[in-house]
Amino acid sequence: MNWISNYVRPKINSLFSRREVPENLWSKCPECGTMLFHRELSENLNVCTNCDHHMAITPRARFTALFDGGIFTEVKVPEPIADPLHFRDQKKYPDRLKAAQKSTGEKEAMLVAEGEIGRTPIIAAAQDFSFMGGSMGMYVGNAIIAAAERAVKLKRPLVLFSAAGGARMQEGILSLMQMPRTTVAVELLREANLPYIVVLTHPTTGGVTASYAMLGDVQIAEPNALICFAGPRVIEQTIREKLPEGFQRAEYLLDHGMLDRVTHRTKLREELITILRMLMRKPPAVAGDLPAPKAKPAAEGAAPKA
Amino acid sequence: MTTYLEFEKPLAEIEGKAEELRALARKNEEMDVEKEAAALDRKAEQLLADLYKDLSPWRKCQVARHPDRPHCKDYIEGLFTEYTPLAGDRNFADDHAVMGGLARFNDMPVMVIGHEKGHDTASRITRNFGMARPEGYRKAIRLMDMAHRFGLPVVTLIDTPGAYPGKGAEERGQSEAIARSTQKCLGIGVPLVSVIIGEGGSGGAVAFATADRIAMLEHSVYSVISPEGCASILWKDSEKMREAAEALRLTAQDLKKLGVIDSIIKEPVGGAQRGREAAIAAVGAEIAAMLDALKGKKPAELIKDRRRKFLDMGSKGLAA
Ligand SMILES: [Zn+2]
Repeated sequence: MNWISNYVRPKINSLFSRREVPENLWSKCPECGTMLFHRELSENLNVCTNCDHHMAITPRARFTALFDGGIFTEVKVPEPIADPLHFRDQKKYPDRLKAAQKSTGEKEAMLVAEGEIGRTPIIAAAQDFSFMGGSMGMYVGNAIIAAAERAVKLKRPLVLFSAAGGARMQEGILSLMQMPRTTVAVELLREANLPYIVVLTHPTTGGVTASYAMLGDVQIAEPNALICFAGPRVIEQTIREKLPEGFQRAEYLLDHGMLDRVTHRTKLREELITILRMLMRKPPAVAGDLPAPKAKPAAEGAAPKA
Repeated sequence: MTTYLEFEKPLAEIEGKAEELRALARKNEEMDVEKEAAALDRKAEQLLADLYKDLSPWRKCQVARHPDRPHCKDYIEGLFTEYTPLAGDRNFADDHAVMGGLARFNDMPVMVIGHEKGHDTASRITRNFGMARPEGYRKAIRLMDMAHRFGLPVVTLIDTPGAYPGKGAEERGQSEAIARSTQKCLGIGVPLVSVIIGEGGSGGAVAFATADRIAMLEHSVYSVISPEGCASILWKDSEKMREAAEALRLTAQDLKKLGVIDSIIKEPVGGAQRGREAAIAAVGAEIAAMLDALKGKKPAELIKDRRRKFLDMGSKGLAA
């Protein structure tokens, strides 16, 4: 078996996956209104080149930019029981899931992968806000547990990118139970003395913030990301007063001692490499772009992505 | 005076009539109303039993929030001796929404921690209606840590609408405090048992209820979101709380089926608010049974089993 079948070189156009506008179009920055040529925007990791507004980025696009040579292997996530509560609001939960799968092309709201960044082997997990608001249900819980277990097995750090409106209501109490479940995952990493870095992206709220997203050894946020337990609207309704400018945004949390750093998306990769290599007591990284990793047998249990 | 819930109105009418009759008779000595009043009593008793035999999820939410239900303070006073409250998070403040301290349970020293809602306007304000701020969770973390170091079992009593959604609470790290409290629950090498006595409101409840054994009173509820909140988000209509309560499966009976809780504690007919002493005694018996089942387990075994319990949770859905 040749290594190419285990490592997948992402297609050039994967950055322009079907939920994004075609290459020849312009898109408008929702913050400053600048018209941005799409390729320019995606090369800048969906950050506005005029005002630095950080737009959403899919886990796949993020991993492609994060891993050396854009190469990563997906880590298999155990499939949870489907629609455990037989939940139905105005729509059936399985129908909502199917619609999300269709519009995103992804199976669920979290992607887990292994690979190298700056020749530093890591496990990464990224939450997909475009998939039902990134909401945390059994699958996301399983994904975080799988990521932590894989990290422990391979003695690698875990980098987690959070983005979610909170727990997935359609899984009721079982979504709430992902708070202790994912906290067990964090405990596994702690016990194995492996670094756990959380990158909080816009928005990270509710039960997600109140569990694995606030338990990192190092807490980094993307600029202006909304990070909170209770959302600003709920708070305004409760206390009946206007909240200050920038309340619950990354920079505000940094000021209040809740984060280690606020880092621009285009600087994140270098920063993660620097921090991880120190925490793992490795020599400094080689600067500059790196080619794909050398051929290596596939890691056991990993699911090759076709 | 009894506080009647909305669905108890027919009961209120019958009980009111019986009371009126007896009041009349007290004024006119020659009137004999006892036969009629007693018939009304029997009718009321039957109606109460019928109403509570098969409460809908939304009605259970109302019962769980009933103001006359015994609260954390009542259970501590009724079941523990030498209760010695320990205050403060050593950082910012003491949160009165969270009670906690050393106490003896059947003579055994333990750490008891719980949410307290208050019983009248003044105490409800002091207790912030049982909605804890970061200081409350951090006080609990401190007490759980102390229990771990001195080998004392921890008993938690859950009764909160949720963590407080306030400006200061957010600024001082509500999320982090809840996350750390859950983490502390998972890390202590002493038995940890929880009873949901009223409302188990979302993350604010999880922070204390990540336990070896979790029991729920028969008419208490435990949910990721309030039915009103869920209705306004998913149905875009907060009046659809009945439907939401149904869909969320937040009753003790459903949670037992899902394997999220271990046992259900029976309430007196008409709910804990109509038989406070009996409810308190039943909770005491269940705490004793839960602690007994964990007796002799070594710290490492407790931690390992607790982790396993949560890792396995939900894997079977309603078929658990
Ligand atoms: Zn812009």
